[in-house]
Amino acid sequence: MKYSALILSNLFRKKIRTTLTIGSFAVALFLFGLLAVVRGAFNQGVEVAGTDRLVVINKVSIIQPLPVSYDERLLRIHGIKEVTHQNWFGGVYQDERNFFAQMAIDDDTFRSVYPEYVIPDDQWQAYMGDREGAVVGADLAKRFNWKLGDRIPIKGTIFQGTWDFNIRGIYHGKKVEDDTTQFWFHYKYLEERESAYWKGLVGWYTVKVDNPDDSVRVAKEIDETFSNSPWETKTDTEKAFATSFAKQAGNIQLLILSIGAVVFFTLLLVTGNTMAIAVRERVRDLAVLKAVGFSDVFVLVLVLAESVLIAAIGGALGLGFAKLLTFLIALFGDPTHGMLPLVYLSPQIVVAGFAVTAAVGVVAGLLPALSAMNLNVVDALRRV
Amino acid sequence: MVRVDGGGDGSSLVRVRGLDKKYQRGSEEIHVLQGLNLDVDKGDFVAFMGPSGSGKTTLLNLLGGLDLPTAGTITVAGDEITHLSGSKLTHWRARHVGFVFQMYNLIPVLTAFQNVELPLLLTKLSKAERRQHVEFALEVVGLKDRTHHYPRQLSGGQEQRVGIARAIVADPTFLLCDEPTGDLDRRSADEIMDLIDRLVREHKKTVLLVTHDPVAAERAHVVLHLNKGVLVEGQKADEKAGVRA
Repeated sequence: MKYSALILSNLFRKKIRTTLTIGSFAVALFLFGLLAVVRGAFNQGVEVAGTDRLVVINKVSIIQPLPVSYDERLLRIHGIKEVTHQNWFGGVYQDERNFFAQMAIDDDTFRSVYPEYVIPDDQWQAYMGDREGAVVGADLAKRFNWKLGDRIPIKGTIFQGTWDFNIRGIYHGKKVEDDTTQFWFHYKYLEERESAYWKGLVGWYTVKVDNPDDSVRVAKEIDETFSNSPWETKTDTEKAFATSFAKQAGNIQLLILSIGAVVFFTLLLVTGNTMAIAVRERVRDLAVLKAVGFSDVFVLVLVLAESVLIAAIGGALGLGFAKLLTFLIALFGDPTHGMLPLVYLSPQIVVAGFAVTAAVGVVAGLLPALSAMNLNVVDALRRV
Repeated sequence: MVRVDGGGDGSSLVRVRGLDKKYQRGSEEIHVLQGLNLDVDKGDFVAFMGPSGSGKTTLLNLLGGLDLPTAGTITVAGDEITHLSGSKLTHWRARHVGFVFQMYNLIPVLTAFQNVELPLLLTKLSKAERRQHVEFALEVVGLKDRTHHYPRQLSGGQEQRVGIARAIVADPTFLLCDEPTGDLDRRSADEIMDLIDRLVREHKKTVLLVTHDPVAAERAHVVLHLNKGVLVEGQKADEKAGVRA
């Protein structure tokens, strides 16, 4: 491009200033990337929630159980294809900081309701043949350096005592966003060992519907079916369930948006000021360009291009560092000890980051660019 | 032939009729140019002299399409520029006018080559053609060996030569020089005037020069004095070209 020398040379007219402005963009976009990672981790369940799945919990609270006998009654409701159930175990592995989700699953139905989790058949068969068998997510196995055949002691908090499990399978997700930090074991094992306390009870049900468009009707029918019973239900789509679950940690979305908005507004002021100074310093040069025959619109675009270029370089650096950080976390381990099960900067976030950066670049450069465009050549050339 | 009586026959390269320029400064109205007439032929070298504030630079700005007159017309090579819109006037400037400024006005972050290349970026010339033109212009001003130097690495006289190369590189219809020696020592000023003189003689350029320097003005074919908003011929004019008033 024949104008590149003109744009680039102006960019590095004041090297320190340009570097600092690029640095502010880089820091802001790095922060944006980190906030997006945190938000993504909190909303992970929401992002990957199946559109054809409903979650049925006890109407009082999710920590209250439901009878296992609801299984067959649910299957009788028109529009429900499959039903599975799960139980939150809530145990501790070695240290309370080593948080990860442990769940007792219904072996017969779990895999068909959650097809996004992939486990080799031979491993599944090994799991099925071991009463104390467990299947763990690939990220979880990597985190604790677990291998097939390892014996893992988990200290119960809800269900007392130490529970020993044998790792018989390691599952992967079909997508990067799929949660591979869970620990599954047999519901039957839980029920047998806690027969006095937990016989015939499950934590919640997940049902798969024939048609996602039918979800609202099915959810309503489920709750009506069990109304006025000792175990009333509350049914929601998996997405809504995951959202309300994520909100238990507070309105992370609002928090992140607020921080992001403040950062970008500050950045807007800083960059706008920088560009205004840059234009003011070279009023004479811009006047010469106009005198030579460059149009007003060209001068406008020139200043805007500089502003956007600064933003783009800073944005690329910031997002690059954020991406690098997620790689390092994947390489060296999660510093949050499992509080953020997914540390992943998605391509969509990178694109969104660039879009925001470009927008800030344009807005910040607009006023200085307009003043450059409207510059009176004669007046500007008279200035010393 | 240069005339200031409005009696040109219409074949002049530059034709000015009844040119008026007024400025409003607060409540005061300043009448800088008053019904000015001028005819300049192709290849003429005209120097404008006059006291500060007499309107020399204003006249040059009007002739170069940088400013608009309050009344009157300016016609250059058959195009009347006084009624052109802003964008058309910009386009016209790119094709017809080469500016040489007192303060050189080179862009400090561009090399001599890049500064001279600027007007050519507005043309459809290829990169190789632009290079050829720039090298030729720098050769004409004797700075082919300073192609990649930045303005800060050049002396004042050399900077002005680069400014002249920039003005001539696109082969404009005429050159407008606003005190091109005003910021130079005598020796550099003489070199610059030698160069301008050569552009007129060897390259048949039409040059309109504003200067305070009688020695510089001496090089012109015709010297015109601006006094109270009107042009009057100088002594030099009678001697060399015969101004008709």
